[in-house]
Amino acid sequence: MSTTNPVILSSSKDDVVLTPELLAKYEPVIGIECHVELKTVSKMFCGCPNAFGGEPNTKVCPVCLALPGALPVPNAAAIEHMIRAGLAFGATIPPHSKFDRKNYFYPDMPKNYQISQYDMPLTVGGVVRYWLDDGRRGECRLTRIHLEEDTGKSTHVGSTDGRLAASTSSLVDFNRAGVPLMECVSEPDIRSADEAVAYLETLARTFRELGVSDVKMEEGSLRCDANVSIRLRGATEYGTKAEIKNMNSFRSVRRAIESEIARQIQVVESGGRVIQETRGWDEAAGTTHSQRSKEQAHDYRYFPDPDLVPIDVSADDVARVRATLVETPYERYVRYVDTYGIDTKRATQLVDDHVLAAWFDAAVAASNNALATVAFVLGDLARLANESGTHVAQGKVTPAALAELVGLTQSNAINSKGAKQVLETLWTDGGSAQAIVEREGLAQVSDRGAVEAIVDEVLAANPKVVDDYRAGKTNVLGFLTGAVMKASRGKANPALAQDLLKEKLSSA
Amino acid sequence: MDPIHDSARALARAVNARDASAAEIAEALIPHAARADAQLAAYLELTPELMRAQARRVDERVAAGESLPLAGVPLAIKDNMCVLGTRTTAGSKILENFVAPYTATAVQRLLDAGALPVGKTNLDEFAMGSSGENSAYALTKNPYDLDRVPGGSSAGSAAAVGGFAATVSLGSDTGGSIREPAAFCNVVGFKPTYGRVSRYGLIAFASSLDQIGPFARSVEDAALVYDVMAGKDPLDATSVDRAVEPTAGHLREDLRGVKVGIVKEFDLAKLDPAVRACYEAAYADLERLGAELVEVTLPTADYGVATYYLIAPAECSSNLARFDGVRYGLRVDGPDVGAMYERTRAAGFGPEVKRRILIGTYALSSGYYDAYYLKAQKARTRFAEDFARAFERCDVIASPAASTTAFKFNAKSDPLAMYLMDYYTIPVSLAGLPSLSVPCGAAVPDDGTRPMPLGLQLATPLFTERALLGYAHAYERATQHAQKLTPPETANA
Repeated sequence: MSTTNPVILSSSKDDVVLTPELLAKYEPVIGIECHVELKTVSKMFCGCPNAFGGEPNTKVCPVCLALPGALPVPNAAAIEHMIRAGLAFGATIPPHSKFDRKNYFYPDMPKNYQISQYDMPLTVGGVVRYWLDDGRRGECRLTRIHLEEDTGKSTHVGSTDGRLAASTSSLVDFNRAGVPLMECVSEPDIRSADEAVAYLETLARTFRELGVSDVKMEEGSLRCDANVSIRLRGATEYGTKAEIKNMNSFRSVRRAIESEIARQIQVVESGGRVIQETRGWDEAAGTTHSQRSKEQAHDYRYFPDPDLVPIDVSADDVARVRATLVETPYERYVRYVDTYGIDTKRATQLVDDHVLAAWFDAAVAASNNALATVAFVLGDLARLANESGTHVAQGKVTPAALAELVGLTQSNAINSKGAKQVLETLWTDGGSAQAIVEREGLAQVSDRGAVEAIVDEVLAANPKVVDDYRAGKTNVLGFLTGAVMKASRGKANPALAQDLLKEKLSSA
Repeated sequence: MDPIHDSARALARAVNARDASAAEIAEALIPHAARADAQLAAYLELTPELMRAQARRVDERVAAGESLPLAGVPLAIKDNMCVLGTRTTAGSKILENFVAPYTATAVQRLLDAGALPVGKTNLDEFAMGSSGENSAYALTKNPYDLDRVPGGSSAGSAAAVGGFAATVSLGSDTGGSIREPAAFCNVVGFKPTYGRVSRYGLIAFASSLDQIGPFARSVEDAALVYDVMAGKDPLDATSVDRAVEPTAGHLREDLRGVKVGIVKEFDLAKLDPAVRACYEAAYADLERLGAELVEVTLPTADYGVATYYLIAPAECSSNLARFDGVRYGLRVDGPDVGAMYERTRAAGFGPEVKRRILIGTYALSSGYYDAYYLKAQKARTRFAEDFARAFERCDVIASPAASTTAFKFNAKSDPLAMYLMDYYTIPVSLAGLPSLSVPCGAAVPDDGTRPMPLGLQLATPLFTERALLGYAHAYERATQHAQKLTPPETANA
C-alpha cells in the first residue's frame, strides 16, 4: 500500500515529500478503539426493539428517554454476547464486573451520562489474529472489551452542510439511544494502516460469525477511533499519540491513519513536537484536524452506577458459552490456506461469506477434495448463483450433490464440459449428480476402442489437417481433439482422445 | 364508618364486607382533603377525578367478589413518584409542566390493591431537605402547629396523614425523609430495607439510598401498605428478589425478652431537656414493657452526616443531569445548546439542589474521587459492619428520630444546621437497614406553648421488617402516644 509510496501532504505549507526512506525512518504505533452495536432483540437497559432506522422517536420508552424515575435493567443476552466475543479472542472473563456512569452533557444522550464500564470490564485481554491481503499474518492484543449503551442521533437543520456550526436548530432521534454497544480497546500493537484495516476486518468477520453483531458500517454499527503515534524505528519508548475520530469506513480508516502518520512525520522532521490531542478525520479534505487538546479533555467523573447491581459471571456461565463457540474466521482461513492449500485470495473470499464457507465445508467433508470443490464453489456455482441473484446456500445444489459431482470429475467419469452441464441441471432442478449423468448420457467415454473409432473417423475426414501435422504444424492437434469431442457429443475423455490422436499421427 | 379518622385496616374491612363503598369514602375525602389542605398546603395537586374513577373500579371489583387489602383506603402520594396522567414535579420548577406518562411500581401495586389516590404531596425539591421549606411551590404546615415545619423531605405526605387529609401516604426516605417528618407530625413513618420496595417511577435523588415507604397513623396500617408494595420488581435491578414475609396481622404484641440496643454515642444529654425527658421516658417504657436495654456502640456515628453528604450529592449530581431542557420540563432557550442547559438549570433548580449538585460534582472529580467519594463508600461499609456488630448484642436499636421537635419556618437558615437534623437517621440509611419512627410523646418547644410530637426511631437488621414492625406495634399498643395529641386545626373536622 501507499506506506511504500511517496505521500504528498497537500495541506502542508512546505509540501514536504515523504519519501519511502523517510517513512522507513519512523515506526507508526497504532491502537484501535472500536464500538460495535450488538445484535439483540431489545435495547441494553429496556424492552424497546434494537433495530436500525424507523420513524424518529418511535422505538423509545421512559427508560431510554431518561424520563424522571425510570430505571435501567440490563439485557442478559447482551452480556452473553460479550462473553462470547471475549472467549473467541481468548480473553479472560472476570467473575465480577460492574457498570459505571460516564458523565457528560450531550443532547443526544438522554441521561447526560452513559452507562459504561470503567475499571471492571466484562472481558480482559485476548488476542486478535488477522491476515493481510498479501497473505502476511499478524496479531494485536486486546486490552479489554466493555459493554455500554449507544446514544441517539442529532440532525442539524438550517445549515447548508448539515453541520452544527451554521445550523438554526437541531433535532434528536432517540431510536438508537440505549442500543447495546461493545467497545473493543486494543493494545498499541498495530504498525501500519493496512494492519489496522486487517485487524478491523477480522473483528468484523468474527462478530458476524459469532452472531453478536451484523457489523454494518453503513448503518454505523461499527465505529472506530485510532490512537496514532510515531517513533524512530528501533526506539522502545512510545511517542505522543493523537486520537483520530470520525472514520466511517475501512477505507477512511486506512486513509486517515496514513494521513496522520505522514502529518506526524512531517511535524517531527520540521523540528516540531506532536501534541496529545483529539483529531477529526475530514473525508473530503483527506486530512485530520485538531478538535480538542489534552487540557480540554472531559472529566467524565466515572462512578459505579447505583441503579445497577454488580455483574457476577460464574464459571458455569463461561463454560456454557464456551461450549457454543465454533471455529473463528481466522482459524478457518488458516485451515483453508495451510491445510487445504487454497490461495489466500480465495480463502479470504470464502471466509468473508461465512454462510458460503459453512456450505463449502459441508461439501468438502463429503468430497474430500478441497481444491476441486473450491474451484466449483467460487467458479461455476458462484456464477450461477450470481446470475440468478441468490446465494449458493439458498440454491437447489446440495453440498452432497456437489461432492458427488467432484467425485465424478476426479474419477474421470465425466469431463469438465459434462461437469458444467451437470452443475447447470443441478442448479435448475436439484437432485443427484450421478442421476443427471445417467439420465442425460453425459458419462465420459474412456473406452479405448470406442474413442479410437471416433479418432479414426476424424482423421479420415480431415486428410489435409493430418498432412499439416505431419509437416510439423503440431498445433493443429487442438483442432483435431476438438473435432473428436464434437463427434462424441462431448463425452469422449479428452486426454485419451489426444493420446490416441498423437499415437496415430506419428505412427502412420 | 368514619372515612376521615378510621384506620386503613378498618376502611378496607368495611369496603370488602360491603358495609361501605369506596365511592362514599372518596366523596367524603374529596371535600375534606381540600378543606384541610387550605390550611396545611400538604398537596401540590388534589386528584379528585382519579380518586372517583379508582373508587368506581374498586367497588366493581369488590362487587365481583374480590377482596382487596387496601379497598377504599385514601392514599396521598409524594410528588416525586410518577402517576400516569398527573403532574409530577418533585417539588421543582424544572418539572413544572411534566405530566407522567407512566405509574411508579410501588404506586401501581397500591392502586391494584384498592387504594384511592387523594393527590400528590409537597416535598423539598427533589427530596433534598429536612423541613419541606425547599419546595419550589408551597410551604407545607405542621398540622400540630401551623407556624412550624412538618419536617422533610416528605413534608406533605407526613402532614396529610397527621392532619387527617389522607389515611395513609407514600414518602421516600434517603437520609431520614420519612422518619423525621413522621416524628414531627405524630405519625408512623416506615423506611423498609433498601431494595425491598421498587424505586421504578420514583424520581431519583440518591439511588443507593432512596427507598419508598409508608406513613400511617398506626404501625398496623403502615404494615398493611408495606405488605402490598414490597417485593422484587423486574423494572428495578436493585429491588431484592427475596421472599417477603407478610407483616400485617403477624405483629407481636409485647416486648418481653427483647433486647433493645441504646447507642452509646447518641448522647441524650446533648438534647433540649424537654426532648431528653421524652426519650428517657420512652426508653423506660420499653423496659417497663419487658424489654432489656443494652448499651451498644456505633463508633462511626459522628461521621454519618459527612459520609452521607458526599455519597448522596455525588449520586444526585449525576441523577439530575437529565433535567436539561432537551426532552421535557422547563426549557430556557439560549444562543446554543450549552447556554440553553445553563439557563434552564439556573432557572429550574433551587439553591439547595444547586448546592448538592456542586458538592457532588466536586466529590466525583478526577483527583478528588479517592479522597471523597471512595472514602465515603469505605465509611459506608464501616457503618454496615458497626451495625452488624451492634446487632450481635441486641434485636433492635432505639434512638431519637430527630433531635428536636418541629421548628418554626426559617429557623434553620444554615444548611449545616439543617443537615444535622438527620443525625440519627442517616447512619441507619447508610447501612440500608429497615427503620421507622413511631410517636413517643411530646415536648413543649422553647419558642412555643403547645406540646409538639416526637418520634422514637427503631432499626433492625436487614430484611427483618416483620420483627421491626412488631416491636413498634407492641410499643404503640402499650403507650398510645399518637392518640394523646390531637391536631388543633383539624380537631373539629
